[in-house]
Amino acid sequence: MKALYALYPDPNAAQRAVNGLRDAGVADRDITIVSGEPIEQHELGHRDHATYMFWIAGAGGALGLAFAMWLTRMTELAWPLPTGNMPIVSWWPNLIIMFELTMLGGILAAVITLLVTAGLPNWKPKLYDPEVTDGKILVGVENPPSGSIPAIERALTVSGARLKTLT
Amino acid sequence: MSKDSARRISAMNEDLLRPLVETSWRFWLLVAVLGSIVATGLGTWAYQMYRGFGMTGINMPIYWAFYITTFVFWIGISHAGTLISAILRLVNAGWRRPVTRCAEVITAFALMIGAMFPIIHLGRPWLFFWLMPYPNQRMIWPNFRSPLVWDFFAISTYLTGSLLFLLLPMIPDLALVRDKTTGWRHRVYGVLALGWQGTPKQWHRLESAMQIMAIAIIPVAVSVHTIVSFDFSMAPVPMWHSAIFGPYFVAGAIFSGIAALIIAMAALRKFLHLEEYLHPVHFQNLGKLMLMMSLLWTYFIFNERLTVWYGNASAEREVFLVTQRGSFAPLFWTMVACNFAIPFVILSIKKLRTITGCVIASFTVVIGMWLERFLIVVPSLGHKYLPYTWGHYRPRPVEIIIVASTFAAMVLLYVLFSKLVPIISIWELKVGEHFVADATPQEAAEHPLLKAHP
Repeated sequence: MKALYALYPDPNAAQRAVNGLRDAGVADRDITIVSGEPIEQHELGHRDHATYMFWIAGAGGALGLAFAMWLTRMTELAWPLPTGNMPIVSWWPNLIIMFELTMLGGILAAVITLLVTAGLPNWKPKLYDPEVTDGKILVGVENPPSGSIPAIERALTVSGARLKTLT
Repeated sequence: MSKDSARRISAMNEDLLRPLVETSWRFWLLVAVLGSIVATGLGTWAYQMYRGFGMTGINMPIYWAFYITTFVFWIGISHAGTLISAILRLVNAGWRRPVTRCAEVITAFALMIGAMFPIIHLGRPWLFFWLMPYPNQRMIWPNFRSPLVWDFFAISTYLTGSLLFLLLPMIPDLALVRDKTTGWRHRVYGVLALGWQGTPKQWHRLESAMQIMAIAIIPVAVSVHTIVSFDFSMAPVPMWHSAIFGPYFVAGAIFSGIAALIIAMAALRKFLHLEEYLHPVHFQNLGKLMLMMSLLWTYFIFNERLTVWYGNASAEREVFLVTQRGSFAPLFWTMVACNFAIPFVILSIKKLRTITGCVIASFTVVIGMWLERFLIVVPSLGHKYLPYTWGHYRPRPVEIIIVASTFAAMVLLYVLFSKLVPIISIWELKVGEHFVADATPQEAAEHPLLKAHP
């Protein structure tokens, strides 16, 4: 993987670099931004904000509920033992199992969605610099087209940042 | 980023990663001592299995005693972490940042230890998997109408949720450890970090998942201790068969959980030198919360006792009297002193609500809450409806050793965890730093960490 990138000390400088890259004709999907913490106050931190995770978690919960309803009802009917003067299919106690599996379904669906959409785990080499752990923000372009390299270099160094290359 | 901010971030990395890369002889000594106690406990359990359950003091009519008391106690302690952390996350309390992981770890380990006790309590623990929802060879399934099977579902769901709630926000910190270490540590943490990069998309997804889990885990936490209370309140036993048990158990669980959290935080602050991050204001806030829970607990126990005393039903009156004036009275009044009198005095007087004061109050609460569980379990079983079924209980050494060793196991697991993972969430602390630095408008600002107690 080839890449051009620079490290910025604060989100304002990183935002200027991102704007410069856009002006140079680089599409948002080709700009890599990496930080050691979420950047909530700046536009560059709001990329890929939209997510269906809440809906997927809800669907996971519904699936858990449906499974619990099936499990409790099926097992009670499979060997219908009268217990404690309760009906064979006893919805009051079954509600507890249904509640727990609903929540478990929602939680697991949220976690699976996180892992899938955030691309985890993924141990392949990628554009990264350990200096982000010291508060720096990385802005770069992976595999830049040779024709636009000078424009990308200009955009990345607009705030006085030092250009770095990955070959 | 100003030079001051860069310096603070660098110092934060250094301070919070130091326990992971530097190991003193004191650490190994502590691990050896705790490990020996845990090994003794495991050996004693093996001895109990070999000789049979008759080695314990459990006998007709008191079939539940030390082990079930300690099971309820540890499940209660587990309410410290995930529940408190989830509530503080949802209300976006800035002072939560150094506290959340310390708390979540307590939940994970306390649940694991607590869940061991029903298995220890089984005469044949190797058959514990009969609780799991799958049919035996005759296609008979576990009875989903039994509170013990509800326990299995509730504890498994809470344990799964709590572990994920603990592990997910650890990923960026594991990536940080990966970047700051070399050699085998770099390789191991590289694998554990799952290839975390830190793109805006990853941060958004992580925060969304944490938000969903915080919303989901609060009712699950409440349900877990309610269901543990159902183990008692579903049975027609004097002073168990009560509708108040659900909220009473939940309040008691949060109460003891906060106490455990304060003790853990004070130990971390002292031994890992985290004074810069765990400030007196954190202890004061948790102390206030514990005072509120102490009053709530007192309110519940007054309700429970007054109803029984006023109702004057003969079987319940016997249990009431044996705890108020009879053989269990010393334990009962010690419990009242530990859970109400001492914490009330220490935590309601501002001058006494120091770190030391909060820790003393927390120790009394932990003792008091264990006694409370014991006084729920044993006197009622020993004084059922017909006097000819009455009986006494005295714990035997195997029970005392096994129960004591679980306290050592809790400390050991906590010590090992804080050796392997930053015990304070570093990336969340950094976010808190920026909230202070960015001069966010007052109405939107969080409670700033470093300004809270300069």
